[in-house]
Amino acid sequence: MLTLTSTVETPLHGVRAGIKLAALCVFTALLFQMQGPVALATAAAGVALVYAAFGMGFAAQGVRLLRPLWPFAVVIGVWHLWTADLAGGAVILLRLFTAVAAATLVTMTTRLSDMIAVIERLAAPLRHAGLPPRRLALAFALVIRFIPVLSDRMRQITAAWRARSPRRPGWRVLLPATLAALDDADHVAEALRARGGVG
Amino acid sequence: MERSLTHIALFAALVAVLGFVPQIMLATGVPITAQSLGIMLCGTVLGARRGALAVLLFLVLVAVGLPILSGGRGGLGVFASPTVGFLIGFPVAAFVAGLVVERSRAPIGLAAGIGAFLGGVVVLYAFGIPGMALMLDKSLTEAALLITAYLPGDAIKVVLAGLVTQGLARMRPGALLSRP
Repeated sequence: MLTLTSTVETPLHGVRAGIKLAALCVFTALLFQMQGPVALATAAAGVALVYAAFGMGFAAQGVRLLRPLWPFAVVIGVWHLWTADLAGGAVILLRLFTAVAAATLVTMTTRLSDMIAVIERLAAPLRHAGLPPRRLALAFALVIRFIPVLSDRMRQITAAWRARSPRRPGWRVLLPATLAALDDADHVAEALRARGGVG
Repeated sequence: MERSLTHIALFAALVAVLGFVPQIMLATGVPITAQSLGIMLCGTVLGARRGALAVLLFLVLVAVGLPILSGGRGGLGVFASPTVGFLIGFPVAAFVAGLVVERSRAPIGLAAGIGAFLGGVVVLYAFGIPGMALMLDKSLTEAALLITAYLPGDAIKVVLAGLVTQGLARMRPGALLSRP
């Protein structure tokens, strides 16, 4: 499965994940303090410049990842046209797009393995609450491995349904798909136990 | 121990896979996805604690950059978007749905339906609406108005969660961790 990390190497790829995440926290907190359209527009322009500096391909991927925000932009735009409070609408949208773009920038320039390493470091204190880091790592690996497996299973179930019926399967794939997840969970648990358990 | 871990992981994967299922357009033009149905099923099938952990695991993998949120979204950006309240509400929704199934003495299908409604609709909106109000700088009523369009889809999902849980109880009586 593809991750959202950009294949275009940028200088930000070399910065440590923890530092990027901390910077993102500070930046987002500041963003939500800003009230004026000018300050927010400056921040937005700054983030846009960083994307542009990393090349067209990189910027295009960033724009694609911001696409789910457009329906909100339309709703807010119409709303604020109607209430004749355009400055208010601009502030909301600038803040929204800048915050999401900045967060996406960190996601696009950090490898999955580095991100997971940060999570495991953050979760290390949970070892005293009964969650050893090894078990967490195993859980991550299992999910990543089984997403394509369950996805294939869903395709097979759908194909089997289509072979038997001219109608669309729709919700009828849900029960066999959930059943597959339950059964797989039991099989994997047995396999893990046979190999000495999760410790 | 192994069973707990694999069930949590497999259901986190199931929630992700249900997000890939093509969206169905309602008559109102609002897309509905099976992903929040997956959240409900985590609770009604795995129970409160394991269900919430499965959803939490799913969210961590979204945060680290897997595009597994419905519509192929993912990464840190989704936690700064207007729907962040729903994401925070996901694990709580699964927990409440599971709690209802664990505590109730009603037949499993009905209990799962009630749990899915209380968790996947009431609790989820209790997080989602304030989140949207905050991110879009609107009042709670205005934010609630913006998402009423999703209610018909949620009603369908509540019924489906009840039916699927009931079907599982019939096919694998011992496998429902919410009703040991």
